[in-house]
Amino acid sequence: MHDGFAIETHSLTKVYGSGNTEVIAMHDATMTVRRGEVAALLGPSGSGKSTFLTAIGLINPPTSGSVKIDGQLVMDGPASQTNLRTFRRKHIGFVFQKSNLIPFLSAIENVQIAMELNGTTPRSARKQAMELLDYLGVADRADGLPTALSGGQQQRVAVARALANKPSIILADEPTAALDSHRGQQVMELFARVAHEQGAGVVVVTHDHRSLSVFDTIYEMEDGLMRKGEKAEGG
Amino acid sequence: MNLAYKDIRHSFGRFALTAVGIGMLLMIVMGMGGIYRGIEGDATLLINSIGTDIWIVQRDTRGPFAEVSRVPTNLVDRASTVPGVATAREFVYHTIQREHAGKSLRMSVLGLSWPTDKGDWLPLVAGRTLRQNHYEMIADKSVGLYLGERCKLGKDTYTVVGITANMISSSGDGIIAVTVDDAQAIQFDTTGEAVRLERAARAARGVRSELVAKQPSMLDFADRPANELPALARPQVSAVMVRVAPGADAQAVSDIIAGWGDVSIFSQQSQRDLLIKGTVDRARRQIGLIRVLLTGVAAIVMALILYTLTLDKIHSIALLKLIGAPNTVILGLILQQALFLGVLGYVIAYFLGQKIFPNFPRRVILVNTDLIQLAGIVLIISVASSLLGIWKALRVSPNEAIG
Repeated sequence: MHDGFAIETHSLTKVYGSGNTEVIAMHDATMTVRRGEVAALLGPSGSGKSTFLTAIGLINPPTSGSVKIDGQLVMDGPASQTNLRTFRRKHIGFVFQKSNLIPFLSAIENVQIAMELNGTTPRSARKQAMELLDYLGVADRADGLPTALSGGQQQRVAVARALANKPSIILADEPTAALDSHRGQQVMELFARVAHEQGAGVVVVTHDHRSLSVFDTIYEMEDGLMRKGEKAEGG
Repeated sequence: MNLAYKDIRHSFGRFALTAVGIGMLLMIVMGMGGIYRGIEGDATLLINSIGTDIWIVQRDTRGPFAEVSRVPTNLVDRASTVPGVATAREFVYHTIQREHAGKSLRMSVLGLSWPTDKGDWLPLVAGRTLRQNHYEMIADKSVGLYLGERCKLGKDTYTVVGITANMISSSGDGIIAVTVDDAQAIQFDTTGEAVRLERAARAARGVRSELVAKQPSMLDFADRPANELPALARPQVSAVMVRVAPGADAQAVSDIIAGWGDVSIFSQQSQRDLLIKGTVDRARRQIGLIRVLLTGVAAIVMALILYTLTLDKIHSIALLKLIGAPNTVILGLILQQALFLGVLGYVIAYFLGQKIFPNFPRRVILVNTDLIQLAGIVLIISVASSLLGIWKALRVSPNEAIG
């Protein structure tokens, strides 16, 4: 395990609407994830998991509470403490239920673009992107468009893109939902490997209880409330 | 990495078809400008080619290109005697429509002042100039006659001895050149029956005339051909063209002729201006308005296409924002595609126009200033029409990549 906290949230609350239409989507959610730690976030649909993920992903600001990433306070209530888009680019990697690759870019270009946006030269970005695809076992499909890749291959490319800028945290929203159990297990193990080897804090929203063994910590959410759960034994 | 290029490469077929559509629209805009230039060029072609310094026309008229002008033939001799005049020639010009080889033949007849003018200044593409003062013609190829073809006009038959290119009247008819005498014979040709009726009418008027009562022998002349009657003037000409001798004071020559009470004078430039401001001006304004409307339509169509292209990429744009792409990258993606679409459309318009415009019944002249102006307009349209797409793209939330 690496030293230091990758993610620290304190009393995150998100309220939609006001008065009679007020809905509390998330209440007092507090989470800490160390660098190199893989955390699962479980809960039924509508429990507030995605709201929490978008809040720490700096996409959907909380109504109150704070978010620290890599020790830096980035959200204090709804107010951002930095340029969020730049911060996302440098510190956060995203993986989604669907691979969410850019359809007009090849596998390698999907990874390369993330690096180029962060200032890496095209030549260097291409080289590093190829190394990442190789690391994730999809180097042989580097020039294929997303539509020519299988679901598992697309998800691996998405993971490669999430890792492109060596982020402090990786946020994954049901990354195995579109995959069969074997591929799903492989992707979950991949997250664990990436976290442990590269020292990133990983938060994975999942319904898939079969792969809970790969997680270091488990959080559960229900009706907007978060609690730290028990780590499951085995998958 | 150039995202605009990558996106175009990915959906090249659709993009190419869109560019062809835009190109055809721009070709029409380009063509409208070319049609105006063609009308202007055709209208001033004869004035520019014929090479004269001063036009002498009927008093208080605007000359043969604007209205009917009649001056006596002997005006040529009067003009020739003015100090500083190098040459003076008749100008006869009228439009006819006749049947030939079973089809309607419309043409403008230009009289060349034989033997001074044999048509050396005409832009011949085949054949030769006139070699005799009767029954030969030089025809523009747009008339549809071929070299050596014989064509009956009036009572006489003319042989095509030369073919010109782009000798078109202001009304778009091809010009044929014959001698002045032949041009007048064609213009004033009447049927035998009409001649007989005129002679009878002349005799009838003579019987009632006091002059014939005093000199009955005059009645003997009444049924002779008109050109044998000394009291009747020869057919008149439309104008007289004067060329000033090298070194002579053109203004002084003009002042002398302008002092004659029966004629008005125009310089070559003022005749040209009269044509452009008179005959061509309304066409220019009409075409100009259509051009503005077409440009507006092109801008709206481009804006809608670019907006649709942007909507198709909304998810990718949201994703780019999510992974931290700055707005300049998104803006560049849409703007570059807009400019590429505009430039490609313009190039297609140009090359399509080069193939299609020569087949138009009237000349479509593409001049560099118009092409550069249109290129500038296309660039402005491209940028302006991308604004709607840019506005939409900048409003996209990264959340849309997750949903």
